[in-house]
Amino acid sequence: MLLKDEVGMLQRVPLFSAIEPTKLKLLAFTSDRVSYSAGQILFRQGDEGDAAYVILSGRADILVDSDSGPIKVAELEPNSIVGEIAILCNSSRTATVRAASPLEALRIRKDHFLRLMREFPEMTIEILRVLADRLSHTTADLIDARSAK
Amino acid sequence: MKGPQPHMEPSIARYIWTHTKKQQLWILMIVVLSMIPYFMSFDLPKLIVNGPIQGSGFEQPGATQPFMRLHYNLPFIGEVQFFSGFQLDRKETLFALSLVFLLLVVINGLFKLYINTYKGRLGERMLRRIRFDLVDRVLRFPPFYFKRVKSAEVATMVKDEVEPLGGFIGDAFVQPVLLGGQALTAMLFIVVQNFWLGMIAAVIVVIQIALIPRMRRRLIVLGRERQLTARALSGRVGEIVDGIGAVHVHDTSNYERADIAARLGLIFKIRFDLYQWKFMVKFLNNFLAQVTPFLFYMIGGYLVIQGRLDVGQLVAVIGAYKDLPGPMKELIDWDQARQDIQVKYQQVVEQFTAEGLIAPRIGALTIDNPDPMTNPLSAISLSIADDGGAMLLDRVSLQIKPGETVALVSTATDGAEALAEAFARLNWPASGRVASGADDLLELPESITGRRMSYASSDVFLFQASLRDNLLYGLKHAPLTSVPYDGAAADQRRWNIDEARRSGNPDLDIHSDWINYASAGATGPHDLFEAVRRVLDAVVLSRDILDLGLRSSADLTRHTELARRIVELRAALRTRLEREGLSGLVVPFEPGAYNKEATIGQNLLFGAAAGPELADRALAANPYFASVLRQAGLDRTLYEMGMEIAEQAIELFADLPPDHQFFQQLAFMSAEEIPTYKTLLQRLKNRPHEAVSEDDRAMIVTLSFAYIEPRHRFGLLSDELMSKIVAARNRFYENLPPELQNAIERYDPAKYIAAATVMDNVLFGRVGNNHPDAPDRIRSIVYDILDELGLYAELLDVGLDFNVGSGGRRLTGGQRQKLDVARVLLKRPDFLILNRPLAALDQRMQDKVLRNVLEEARRDGHSPAIVWVVTNPAMAMMFDRVIVFDSGKLVEDGTPETLLAGNGIFKELLS
Repeated sequence: MLLKDEVGMLQRVPLFSAIEPTKLKLLAFTSDRVSYSAGQILFRQGDEGDAAYVILSGRADILVDSDSGPIKVAELEPNSIVGEIAILCNSSRTATVRAASPLEALRIRKDHFLRLMREFPEMTIEILRVLADRLSHTTADLIDARSAK
Repeated sequence: MKGPQPHMEPSIARYIWTHTKKQQLWILMIVVLSMIPYFMSFDLPKLIVNGPIQGSGFEQPGATQPFMRLHYNLPFIGEVQFFSGFQLDRKETLFALSLVFLLLVVINGLFKLYINTYKGRLGERMLRRIRFDLVDRVLRFPPFYFKRVKSAEVATMVKDEVEPLGGFIGDAFVQPVLLGGQALTAMLFIVVQNFWLGMIAAVIVVIQIALIPRMRRRLIVLGRERQLTARALSGRVGEIVDGIGAVHVHDTSNYERADIAARLGLIFKIRFDLYQWKFMVKFLNNFLAQVTPFLFYMIGGYLVIQGRLDVGQLVAVIGAYKDLPGPMKELIDWDQARQDIQVKYQQVVEQFTAEGLIAPRIGALTIDNPDPMTNPLSAISLSIADDGGAMLLDRVSLQIKPGETVALVSTATDGAEALAEAFARLNWPASGRVASGADDLLELPESITGRRMSYASSDVFLFQASLRDNLLYGLKHAPLTSVPYDGAAADQRRWNIDEARRSGNPDLDIHSDWINYASAGATGPHDLFEAVRRVLDAVVLSRDILDLGLRSSADLTRHTELARRIVELRAALRTRLEREGLSGLVVPFEPGAYNKEATIGQNLLFGAAAGPELADRALAANPYFASVLRQAGLDRTLYEMGMEIAEQAIELFADLPPDHQFFQQLAFMSAEEIPTYKTLLQRLKNRPHEAVSEDDRAMIVTLSFAYIEPRHRFGLLSDELMSKIVAARNRFYENLPPELQNAIERYDPAKYIAAATVMDNVLFGRVGNNHPDAPDRIRSIVYDILDELGLYAELLDVGLDFNVGSGGRRLTGGQRQKLDVARVLLKRPDFLILNRPLAALDQRMQDKVLRNVLEEARRDGHSPAIVWVVTNPAMAMMFDRVIVFDSGKLVEDGTPETLLAGNGIFKELLS
């Protein structure tokens, strides 16, 4: 996959959809293209968050540790971003991500990501919008869950 | 060798006379002797002109004169003839006398040569002696002296300020005697001709002698100021260099600029004043010298008119006076030089005079190893004050028994550190004393304290040398072997010894083996490494050094094993990677294949540049390389590729500020080059390839050399291009011109590449770009393999070649401190004093190193006493005994358990 294809992929990620293609190209160029075989770990729960990943091809599982071993809580498909929470909040990873099939991803380093946010407010606003959106979904889910009790 | 004087001689004349009186008398004698042919050569022209040329004595044709007749009128005996001489006619006499003249010219020249050489050598030896004496004193200054001197000032005194002394020393005594003699002779001659005219000359001379030096006093004052300001300048420049970090961090570079400019202004003013005065004095001096003939003409003329003096006498007096100003002027110049030198010397001596100089016997050379220190170390009513007079330790008495491990803990103030420094003799007692048994510790020679005790603190100094040299520095007490020299080297060594002695320098051989192996528990170079490895493991530094080793290129004259077993190593790595299913991590170099993970440049060259001709940017511009690309049909392709890369890079990066961190990702060009490429691109766009100049082409083509497809993903690499590149590679080596043979080392699976790093040699390939954790995994696999093949030690040794840089600044603070602790451990002392030695490390690492050090120090049944000033009271739990200081007083002393059971400060600190 070439740089220009990656830009196309990034455009399909909601977080980046409103960002100019030239900026996305820079983001893609300064990110590392990484590949994993099925079963390889992208990062582990509890690790320090140093990068976010955009899945280009393949699938990955999101796993959370529990007393009875890791539980799969979600699945990642191409065009999705993962790991951005930990680099925004300076916190450690809240889940483990494992490749479920041969996986290609773009690894966006934390300092690059933050630098881009600082330099391109439109991107920051977009990220805020997505996060706020998620928060309202989560809140709605919480209300549903409470009222279902 | 005569030892240096306890106090430096304040008078330069006496200093010179003390050390060179024999030589000064000898040269004086030679000078006097040289006068004989000198005066003879004055007399000879008269003989030649009067005799053979004008024909006096040859009036008759065929007349002859005796030549070289030796006859003297001796008292009582009358004329005695020793040799009747050769009878020569007029022409023969002319030739003979002319030849004698030539002979005298040669003799005079030889005398001059000998005298100048002798004086020069005398001066240089004295200079060497003074410089050595100064440095010797630096080595003996008491510790507090170094708190108030700047190293650059001391260096400039030793190097520059005593330099002019060398030129003066040869003339110090000869010149005044010689010139004084000449002046006196001329004076005497004038007085003999006419007493009164003589008196006139004498009065003027007396005025000169009285006035000129008085005027020069100001010159001396200015000279001293010049010296002090210049020295302060070099001190400040040294400070800027040492403190460059602080300058930038605080944005004070303009403050420094202002300071330097102000100093330079002051120096300029002083120097200009100096010139003005110098020329003023010169003017006056010349005037006085010229005024005398005026007086001769006027007063002498008047006397002649009066008839009290005849014309012949007046002419003779004026003639004789011609010989007076020359020597007088030189004499006055000599006096000026003398005063100047005296000032310079005094200035230096003042700076090198300090109270409490360490006695020479303390640092005397001792070859034999001293007996172990079996007496306890004690502080007896010890008080230590800081520079401000505050008490760091207040009448503390305690005893450290051999074999005991003691943690020193202090509350807010530095009591524990001061005690450690006192034991290390780096801080001298204000009152009370430190002692080993009954001996005052300060009176023990360094050959005992420096070998049987050792000290490390957080304030580490490393010399600009290899890690190995720094590590072994603590073992270099004395030259232990005598190096066999033969042939020219033996002559050189004899000369070295001889000259060193003549200048009062020691003749110790720096090329001897100074390493005291026994002290490290080894028997020689072959088994020292084991000890080194153990201490490096103990301070957890081995891994860092291995990393350094992997990243550096090995010196193959020293590390032959690596090169010899490289094939085995590479094979082991492949096998291992295959076994672990990691073959995909490394793409090996294969002579007939394109390596996608390497750059196009690396694929073309398929070797490591060993010289500047084919390295980096020079590659594309190299005519031979360019011709290879042309023949392979790659020139146009790579040019187009370069244009594409330039366009992409400029599109991506043109808007970013030059210091943006993204530029680290841009392998093709630096941020500063972006504008250049931007204009280049505009200029070359749409221009046919043929119309582009060689230089521009090279600028563009070079961009393609850094391209790696999987990393940059511009989609510029096709199968056809790859096979063309491999073909070009082979063509490149087939016709490699002889002048490039040494500029490149071709990758060969069976050969070690000297110009490449150890890691690159073992890998012999490139780590895949799309595996983020690959470098770390590969590295630990490489270490495993090196260990399995028994090459771990060899790699550690490569790492030890690493040059630590000025003051060790190429290492991190933590690494420096670890190295210092390793250095003191290596010595296996009886008393180990550690003063917050690992303050730069985090607590976990400090605890780990502490545990390792306690274990390593006691290996093989050794039981040194260990005194450790801890940074964290919890560390004290690992010791036999804890001593707690509060406000300079010893407040608690006991085992950690008893102190913890009590209700004192220690318990409070721990909770």
